[in-house]
Amino acid sequence: MRKLLFLLLPLLMPAQYNLGRPATPAEIQTADITVLPDGTGLPVGHGNAVAGEVIYKSRCAVCHGPKGEGRKNEYPALVGGKGTLATPKPVKTVGSYWPYTTTVWDHINRAMPFNTPRILPPNDVYSVTAFILYLNGIVTRDQQLTEKTMPKIVMPNRDGFVPDSRPDIKAHR
Amino acid sequence: MALSAGVAGASAAGLTSCGKGDDEPSASGANMRTYGERAPQEKTQRVIRELSASPGTGSSRTPLQDLYGIITPSALHYERHHAGVPAIDPAKHSLLVHGLVDKPLIFTMDDIRRFPATSRITFLECGGNVVGEQRGIFPETVQGSHGLLSGSQWTGVPLGLILREAGLKPEAKWMLAEGADACRMARSIPIEKALDPEVLVAYGQNGEALRPENGYPLRLIIPGWEGNTNVKWLHRLHLTAEPAMSAKETAYYTEIRPDGKAEIFTFVMEARSVITRPSGGQKLTSQGFHEIVGLAWTGRGKIRQVEVSVDNGKTWAEAELQEPVLSKALTAFRFPWRWNGEEVVIQCRCTDETGYLQPTREELIAVRGLNSGYHYNGLRPWRVKATGEVVSA
Repeated sequence: MRKLLFLLLPLLMPAQYNLGRPATPAEIQTADITVLPDGTGLPVGHGNAVAGEVIYKSRCAVCHGPKGEGRKNEYPALVGGKGTLATPKPVKTVGSYWPYTTTVWDHINRAMPFNTPRILPPNDVYSVTAFILYLNGIVTRDQQLTEKTMPKIVMPNRDGFVPDSRPDIKAHR
Repeated sequence: MALSAGVAGASAAGLTSCGKGDDEPSASGANMRTYGERAPQEKTQRVIRELSASPGTGSSRTPLQDLYGIITPSALHYERHHAGVPAIDPAKHSLLVHGLVDKPLIFTMDDIRRFPATSRITFLECGGNVVGEQRGIFPETVQGSHGLLSGSQWTGVPLGLILREAGLKPEAKWMLAEGADACRMARSIPIEKALDPEVLVAYGQNGEALRPENGYPLRLIIPGWEGNTNVKWLHRLHLTAEPAMSAKETAYYTEIRPDGKAEIFTFVMEARSVITRPSGGQKLTSQGFHEIVGLAWTGRGKIRQVEVSVDNGKTWAEAELQEPVLSKALTAFRFPWRWNGEEVVIQCRCTDETGYLQPTREELIAVRGLNSGYHYNGLRPWRVKATGEVVSA
């Protein structure tokens, strides 16, 4: 009998606990910074590399270098590495490795500048993204990025990611 | 005699009343403490490595060579932070669940503690633990090589209960988990794993609240998955149809293959083992009996067997597994050994319950090349020199 009760216990538990409270649209909008590869979540805005260079110089260059070259073992390079991924010394940068423009925009928007993240308004994030893509030869200097055009830009390594193949090693002795 | 103030004075007074002389050592002991500290002679500590010029960003490593059993003291649990440790007031902290749900909800910490709770002992390991050995960089100590590994008992709510409150829409296939640290570290988790009853939204670690550096007041615990997915300072869960492809799941924590393609969402930590005593930097002071001890662990369940070789890899013998042997937890092993004073290489290898055998470095490189780095799980030999010094082999 006791065992039966134990088995029934999950069925007797409430389907829901009625904990938490509804989140308001305003609360969600404030917290939701997710940007998806298809551009979902991008705010309305625009920017190009000309404007981005000015912001980059004042906000980003101190760590990532004037031309996005990074600082060895401290801050990652943003530029270069094209054609290195299958060589003995792969160089993973925004240009050589990152799969989507939204990955770049999202990372700048959520995490940069490192010591004062999330202070850049959307137009500045579009502009800095444009400048980094320009340094990598992916957009032209005056090409305008918007929430509609930016997700359509194909990054060089977009098709460079494949699913987990493990267990891939069959050890034997 | 001169007495220092405070504790010593109180003890001396007690002794005198018991009729003992002033110069005899205290028998009554030190006072009680409201929050304990280890003995002053015990000095083992984490080793900190900053990964950028920004303080708080990098890692600190657990001193595996000095610890016992399968639980890491919370104060010695490894750290890996991408933008420092945030100071969070639990009274103001909340968890937002939104996106492809029927009812977006906000939970306070009080709400979360009202759910039915569960506790689980697991290992937690950084996806980048032992990252250098694939390229032939062998740190001198086990703390340096394997120290981004710890074991804890975590307490919290099965994530599925929280998701069920909000109600998942059928299109919800992924869940972006976001932390409240400065960089809003975020990882996409497949919905099947989010609903796995093993996965916890945890507020307890080793019987007390999480330490700040381990996500206080709330973190994700995904047993057996790389540490980075166990998002700390958890404040938002966004249900989506597709993965966000965030920087930390694309630019980092992906593994480049020899053909230049990179494997993504390589979540599971595969079976590993390592000898922690004797290990690099230690010294055997005499010939004769020494117990070889170490740890084995796998993200695919339980450790089935650990074997030890004490003759440069020529022969292997089974080690004793210390109970309890728990799924996705550290498993301690022991192996009795008599050292005859000659130089020798000692090493271990493990097999998990799926039959997976920990590979040698050569076997791993033959498949993955030198560039994948993350999730390296090759064997780790140590060389005992004739002097008794233990070094990387």
